[in-house]
Amino acid sequence: MAFGAPLSSTDTMPIVSPGFTGRRQSPDVQLPPGQYLAEDFPVLTAGPTPRVSTDRWQFTINTEAGQRYDWSWQQLIELPAEKITTDIHCVTKWSKLGTRWKGVSLDVLLEDVETAADFALVQSYGGYTTNLPLEDLIDGQAWIAYRYDGEELTPEHGGPARLLVPHLYFWKSAKWVRGIQLLLEDEPGFWESAGYHDYGDPWREQRYQGD
Amino acid sequence: MSDTHVDTHVDGNALAGDLREIFAVDLTVATGQCSGCGYKGSVASLRVYQNAPGVVARCPACEEVVLRLVRGRDRAWLDLRGTVSLEIPLPS
Repeated sequence: MAFGAPLSSTDTMPIVSPGFTGRRQSPDVQLPPGQYLAEDFPVLTAGPTPRVSTDRWQFTINTEAGQRYDWSWQQLIELPAEKITTDIHCVTKWSKLGTRWKGVSLDVLLEDVETAADFALVQSYGGYTTNLPLEDLIDGQAWIAYRYDGEELTPEHGGPARLLVPHLYFWKSAKWVRGIQLLLEDEPGFWESAGYHDYGDPWREQRYQGD
Repeated sequence: MSDTHVDTHVDGNALAGDLREIFAVDLTVATGQCSGCGYKGSVASLRVYQNAPGVVARCPACEEVVLRLVRGRDRAWLDLRGTVSLEIPLPS
């Protein structure tokens, strides 16, 4: 980890100039309560890292009425994509500012989906799940991201594609995403059923149930 | 990033501290049964993923989640839905 942190050692250097530390010490950086600024990109995982080739990758939206909408990898990357620059906040207390992604807005994927659902259960290769209100996936708030920092999204960070829903704690931004089940009733996901908050707004510090 | 290509789990002995906080006995020597595949083995034999919002222990045979432990500020949540039973040795 130390090797990944730029300028973590100053043994051979004089005092680092303020310019080098960037936003770390800038007084106008606003972080959600209880968060600290990470310079690296920690890798969190609840299990083995799935290796999903784009040949067999598929993204599926299933509605509460049993309708199914599928996209192959080729179909996904041919959809209009956006470049997103956003801050991300992990419930384990690190935040990373100005991360750069490319992906397809959920507005595009949901455009032709007929649903009366209020809730979504996001499903990943490897079995991970996370839940959120459907309204948090629309109106330019969520993407299926497949590039990070100008490069293909690596498996450690959820590649080939992950959900990106940066206004909520980052456990909601499911890695290795494979689909969304639309639901009339809320259904807790992997962490939400084991003590974590159902919604997870970092600005209201909704880490655990009852927060 | 290349160093993270390896699987990062450790063995179930890593659960000792967290579980001792909750239970009065050392649970790493208990024998658990996986609800996914029926595998029976010591808690110490589980595959534990710690770089996560909680601790996740998986069956060494089928990789199903058998135990999740989330530590809040003043509470812990222990989810054992992946475990059929725990056989705990006691002094006779």
